[in-house]
Amino acid sequence: MVELIVVGTSLGGLNALTHILSQLPATFSTPLAVVQHRHRDSEHLLVNLLQSSSRLPVFEIEDKLPIQPGAIYLAPADYHVLVERDHFALSVDAQVLHARPSIDVLFDSAADSYGPSLLGLILTGASHDGAHGLKAIKAAGGLALVQDPATAECAIMPAAAIAATRVDYVVQLTDIVPKLLELCHPQLR
Amino acid sequence: MLQQAAGPAVAWMLRPMTQHEREDIELDLLLEGISRYYGYDFRHYAPASLKRRIWAAIRTEQLASISALQEQVLHDPACMERLLLSLTVNVTTMFRDPEFYRIFREKVVPRLRTYPFIRIWHAGCSTGEEVYSMAILLHEEGLYDRCRIYATDINERVLSKARSGIFDLSTMQEYTQNYLRAGGTRSFSEYYTAAYDHALFNPRLKEQITFSQHNLATDGSFNEFNVVLCRNVLIYFNKQLQERVHNLMYESLGMFGVLGIGRAESMRFTSHEQHYKELHPGERLYQRVV
Repeated sequence: MVELIVVGTSLGGLNALTHILSQLPATFSTPLAVVQHRHRDSEHLLVNLLQSSSRLPVFEIEDKLPIQPGAIYLAPADYHVLVERDHFALSVDAQVLHARPSIDVLFDSAADSYGPSLLGLILTGASHDGAHGLKAIKAAGGLALVQDPATAECAIMPAAAIAATRVDYVVQLTDIVPKLLELCHPQLR
Repeated sequence: MLQQAAGPAVAWMLRPMTQHEREDIELDLLLEGISRYYGYDFRHYAPASLKRRIWAAIRTEQLASISALQEQVLHDPACMERLLLSLTVNVTTMFRDPEFYRIFREKVVPRLRTYPFIRIWHAGCSTGEEVYSMAILLHEEGLYDRCRIYATDINERVLSKARSGIFDLSTMQEYTQNYLRAGGTRSFSEYYTAAYDHALFNPRLKEQITFSQHNLATDGSFNEFNVVLCRNVLIYFNKQLQERVHNLMYESLGMFGVLGIGRAESMRFTSHEQHYKELHPGERLYQRVV
């Protein structure tokens, strides 16, 4: 049973994320936590953009924000996001692979807290961030889903994730939501 | 008796623990040991970021487990000192979140002008970048000479770096941009002298600053302040310790005093939410009203 989905992306992520959010039904109850690499000074534009294509409410993460069903959570600019079972925690520790927020930091801590009830999703992107984290999710018994590098706007990030661990599914962008429904909410298909 | 001999010798064999559960035990034992032997209490730090830092320390010490680190730390004070640094040093920048300083100028400075004497507590100041930022801002507003800034941190090593007023020259380009976006009115380079790879800040800027050691997890309030700044420090604490520090800050603020916290921190999940008024929508500057 998947209780949390963690998503990582960088270059090209905005298009991929808006596509996925627009396809998710309003009844999709598994919460999603998203790291999208972005400039440290970017304000709240991204959360507004994502909200405009989502039926589910989109929140920018604040320290100790509870994780609730049916919500999309976005990492704030210039903070790492960590998962502590029923809530998020933040840090301003050094960048990891030149990134803060870091996908690895989110994935590692979520794997630690959620173990086998976690699903990690890597989308288009231009760095190796997320590869280590997806490996940690697999090691903790969770599921790994990766956007097909051949159809990704930038293949580097999904290719690095596939090389790092034995992922469960590699699918093109348009098949991601059907796969999430199959894995998290078979009754909604 | 016979049955017992045939069964498992120890209870855990009935249900082997996961690696995760074992690690949590190891972590509790390490923090308990450090608290009892050295008096530093990390038991109420936020576990996820604490674990991440502890694992980084384990790798640096070339060890393999939290238990191994515990053994090393309890027998070697030098190892404890290294661990203390890696667990408590928070990296920051001058004029971090420039918008915060711009709104401070706009909304807080006019209030401060009405006071004959201004006391500011900067809690968890780390290496001092944000303390110097505030000193510069107050200097430009003509308020600095009637201010006293108490800048505190748990860690004596970062405080001595803060006292030196020497920062990496390579960061000045970023800090200059932040300074301008924060509403700086001069040329940022007026405030420092470049020497080799370092920027030495004008000693005038620290005339009204007192740097001293203070542990938010164990120490109490030490004065009444007009402004308390504690930015991106509470994120490293769990809710229980956050509540303690919020109490401490509330008690340390005079009526209508101002509290400044980090951009992604919130009063929302604390018992003090009702005691403050937001000074500017979305900005983490609050005025004590009760």
